[in-house]
Amino acid sequence: MSLTKRIIACLDVNAGRVVKGVQFVDIVDAGDPAELARRHAEAGTDEIVLLDITATHEGRGTLIDTVERTARQLYIPFTVGGGIRAIEDAAAIFDAGADKVSINSAAIARPELIDEIGSRFGAQAVIVAVDARRAKTDDPVGDAEVFVSGGRKPTGRKVIDWAKEAESRGAGEILLTSMDADGTRAGFDCELTARVSEAVQIPVIASGGAGTADHFANVLTQGKADAALAASIFHFGIADVRELKEEIARRGVPVRLPC
Amino acid sequence: MIAVIDYKAGNLTSVMKALHAVGAHAVLTSDPQQVMRAEKLVLPGVGHFSATAFLKEHGLKNAIEERIRTGVPFLGICVGLQWLFEGSTESPATPGLKVFAGLCERFSDKLKVPHVGWNSIQVRESRLLQGISSGAFVYFTHSYRAPVINSTVAVTEYDLPFTAAAERDNVMGVQFHPEKSGPVGLRILENFVRLA
Repeated sequence: MSLTKRIIACLDVNAGRVVKGVQFVDIVDAGDPAELARRHAEAGTDEIVLLDITATHEGRGTLIDTVERTARQLYIPFTVGGGIRAIEDAAAIFDAGADKVSINSAAIARPELIDEIGSRFGAQAVIVAVDARRAKTDDPVGDAEVFVSGGRKPTGRKVIDWAKEAESRGAGEILLTSMDADGTRAGFDCELTARVSEAVQIPVIASGGAGTADHFANVLTQGKADAALAASIFHFGIADVRELKEEIARRGVPVRLPC
Repeated sequence: MIAVIDYKAGNLTSVMKALHAVGAHAVLTSDPQQVMRAEKLVLPGVGHFSATAFLKEHGLKNAIEERIRTGVPFLGICVGLQWLFEGSTESPATPGLKVFAGLCERFSDKLKVPHVGWNSIQVRESRLLQGISSGAFVYFTHSYRAPVINSTVAVTEYDLPFTAAAERDNVMGVQFHPEKSGPVGLRILENFVRLA
């Protein structure tokens, strides 16, 4: 047995509630992040990521409270992202019980933030989230561009270069979201994930496009991802994590299955 | 009282929370006097090996050595385990406690580093790992590995085998994070808390 591939559940949170997948109206009331996180952990999810998708100034207090409540019953790794612009923001999130922070736009705006959080809390505590879109060039994957502000603003930076810079500044992991695949449930962008994973030595978490067990198995093998993340498909019982992991294992990918 | 030694190398909220969850009366401290009064010691640790220099500079190293000599149970976690060895190539100028022989070294460049995620342990008889079977999964996040030695009680493989847990009498250490390893990790912490 060797290091297993991680299956990560992501909770998109707004004003203290999980919000993604609102089309499933009847179950949206089950969207308490603390309760969902606990259930995911029990079902065998390897890690929990909580993303504050609005990250407004007024919402920060609510977020800290949500992180605290979620962390309280969680004994697996717990990452929080959204609106972390300064080391003080990160410190408050860690104090509330998170193990890692995920930084995105703020790291592009001021890359030193990666060094600062890494040197105070350790590289293992810093995930740099990269929202990527394929380019309309001869090398759409190699030229894929970094977007910020929830995927709305192009930065002119190449994904591969930025991932390498994040690594050299002391990021512990890269969370790579394909904007092209996100929300489609048509599969992860394996080609892009593989290119980024080959370019850096730190682990890469693939995100965007999860729909089936095959998608996970593909990105964890051909896509060379070390972990795969999905949001809405877990929340509403579309994919039971336990069953999903068994399916992935059947495809020859090492995953942690409960004894 | 369990003294959880804070040497200002990161976030200890999770360790405290997990110790409290298994019923421990745990106190976070950087005070050697408190270490001298504690019934058990936990040295957590994330981050760089050089951070352990704080222990010597603040009189904690002497206090820890003294308590270990009198038989007080000690648990090092992650860098806290590595510190029990002679040192680490991560910071050659910072000596370890030298309870265990050997140096900690960086994983091979051909691997993804850090070694992050759930990996399994092969366990030998141990007080700390009582009730834990070989093949159990625990959560790791580290770039340096401790060598396998006589006192190794759990081995994990990442390319090469390394020490996932070591134990000699009252001195114990785990490379993984029991506070982040679900029920398996809580059981290990509970074993430590219940040691007589």
